[in-house]
Amino acid sequence: MSAPTFNEAGLRGLPPVSPGRVRKDRIARTFIGALTLIALVPLVLVVFYLLKQGLGAWNGDFFTTDPTGRTCFPGQTTCSIGGVRSAILGTLEIVALASVIAIPFGTAVAVYLVEYGKQSKFANTVRYFVDVMTGVPSVAFGLFVYIVLVASGIGGSYAGWKGSVALALLMLPIVVRSSEVVLNLVPNQLRESALALGAPRWKVIWSVVLPTARSGLITGSLLAVARAAGETAPLLFTAFATNELVFGLGQPMNSLPLQIFNDVRTPQDAIVQRAWGAALFLVLLILILNLVARLAQRRSRLA
Amino acid sequence: MTPEPTTTLTDVDLPETPLTTPEVPAHESASEAAANGKNGRRLSLQDLKAFYGDNEAVHGINLEYNPNEVTAMIGPSGCGKSTVLRCINRMHEEIPGAYSTGKVLLDGLDVYASDVDLTAVRRAIGMVFQKPTPFPTLSIFDNVAAGLKLAGIKGVEASDRVEWALKGAGLWNEVKDRLNSPGIGLSGGQQQRLCIARTIAVEPELILMDEPCSALDPIATLRVEELIQELKEQFTIVIVTHNMQQAARVADRTAFFLLGDLVEVGPTESIFTNPTDSRTEEYVSGKFG
Ligand SMILES: Nc1ncnc2c1ncn2[C@@H]1O[C@H](COP(=O)(O)OP(=O)(O)OP(=O)(O)O)[C@@H](O)[C@H]1O
Ligand SMILES: [Mg+2]
Repeated sequence: MSAPTFNEAGLRGLPPVSPGRVRKDRIARTFIGALTLIALVPLVLVVFYLLKQGLGAWNGDFFTTDPTGRTCFPGQTTCSIGGVRSAILGTLEIVALASVIAIPFGTAVAVYLVEYGKQSKFANTVRYFVDVMTGVPSVAFGLFVYIVLVASGIGGSYAGWKGSVALALLMLPIVVRSSEVVLNLVPNQLRESALALGAPRWKVIWSVVLPTARSGLITGSLLAVARAAGETAPLLFTAFATNELVFGLGQPMNSLPLQIFNDVRTPQDAIVQRAWGAALFLVLLILILNLVARLAQRRSRLA
Repeated sequence: MTPEPTTTLTDVDLPETPLTTPEVPAHESASEAAANGKNGRRLSLQDLKAFYGDNEAVHGINLEYNPNEVTAMIGPSGCGKSTVLRCINRMHEEIPGAYSTGKVLLDGLDVYASDVDLTAVRRAIGMVFQKPTPFPTLSIFDNVAAGLKLAGIKGVEASDRVEWALKGAGLWNEVKDRLNSPGIGLSGGQQQRLCIARTIAVEPELILMDEPCSALDPIATLRVEELIQELKEQFTIVIVTHNMQQAARVADRTAFFLLGDLVEVGPTESIFTNPTDSRTEEYVSGKFG
């Protein structure tokens, strides 16, 4: 008599796994694994080219000088095309202002939807429009701001802050949606516990709901920032572009996406390479934002 | 100390804890409070009906909760115990579409009167929930001090009160060396006692407990039950429980609910040994529910 197998002893009645099932499982796994590999190919290629071409552009002047706007031919030793300093500064300033507008605003809308509006008609209408806004192509926001703020001549013509407004419009629905999801994760019991202590609603939101959801809110906001930092279209006809280093958001400003856009369109190898360098830097910037967002997520107190 | 027979919570008020001002009474230790004759309040429900939208979950209940007694509410699942409890501190109206009619009188004052401050009602009527709900971002100390902060009590007074509340909840010895570590780092039973400490820290007049021990192990349950016995010296306590033994152990009076109606209420002894209604008898003897 053979020793009792697990099947006989423990799970009486369950037939052993048939060889056919094992084979099917193996085929399915291989298939899915292959698809995953194929999907990775373009991603790896992009990163590879970015590194290969971009790192070459990162010479001494790249981060410390502004684009000169000159076209230099090989052999012209005294001629320099310059770096991307003004573009980096412009992107940082424009995106920072956009975040300052969109994050508090978007979080406030989410707080309204979750804590006050709930399933009311008005709240659902707002949700609907936020969804629609998520799908609006970014160039439309640029166009909108162009017509409302640039063409109308409010505060001069092109300006960095107008680019910020366009980016903020783009970020707003992302912030609202992600914040709404996170706020909904805060258990109702927690709100009720605070209310039961006699806390007024605003206090419950401020001292219990928002701190509990904090890391999730940060994550969502950072992802929106990362999204905005890479956008070209909203800046094209709002912040415009200039080579000079500009500190004030009241004037036309350079930015990394526009620098890339303009550089790639030149026939000059050196300038095209500068575009790669700028792209690599932009990708790194966004990567860092994503990493920070993930770290914040990991510290989350919500499931 | 007899409260004046006023009908609103606004103008004239009870000497020690005016319901309308957000202030919590000056701190007294447990013994001081007893010496001052500080008592729990009498609570009465008059024709209380509770609705969820069109669905009437509680059908007109009349019930008295005596001061400084533990009243248990028992009954099968879905009979409206939690709903009644949540009507008492007006938590019921937090649910969209939910409302109630009838009267909830706290020493004769209607907590639903139109000029009553909702936050004052909730401060006077503390609530402990089924699952422990410490505030996840706050330390043990800050969890207990959360309600005090709302009342504007800070500094030494607040730390005295936190210590008193933690002692009252039987948690002080376990946490006194780590008051600044997070409240969610405690065990489930400790968390529930932390929530009880948080509730008693603001010295409510009445404490509502909705199955406070259902997430706890027998030893933690026993501790909470002992605690309830001590707390009734100072507070009026209403406890919802599914555990008959628990009701028998802690409650002075027991009310039996069925399908949104109050079937019977009386001294715990007689409810369990000699109920007048046959449905009560069937339920307490385990024939249904
Ligand atoms: N949020 C809600 N929305 C709609 N109906 C509800 C809601 N909460 C409870 N009810 C209904 O009200 C009735 C009473 O529910 P309640 O929670 O008061 O019962 P309970 O006696 O506390 O039950 P349990 O012992 O299971 O906690 C039930 O029929 C239930 O379906
Ligand atoms: Mg219940």
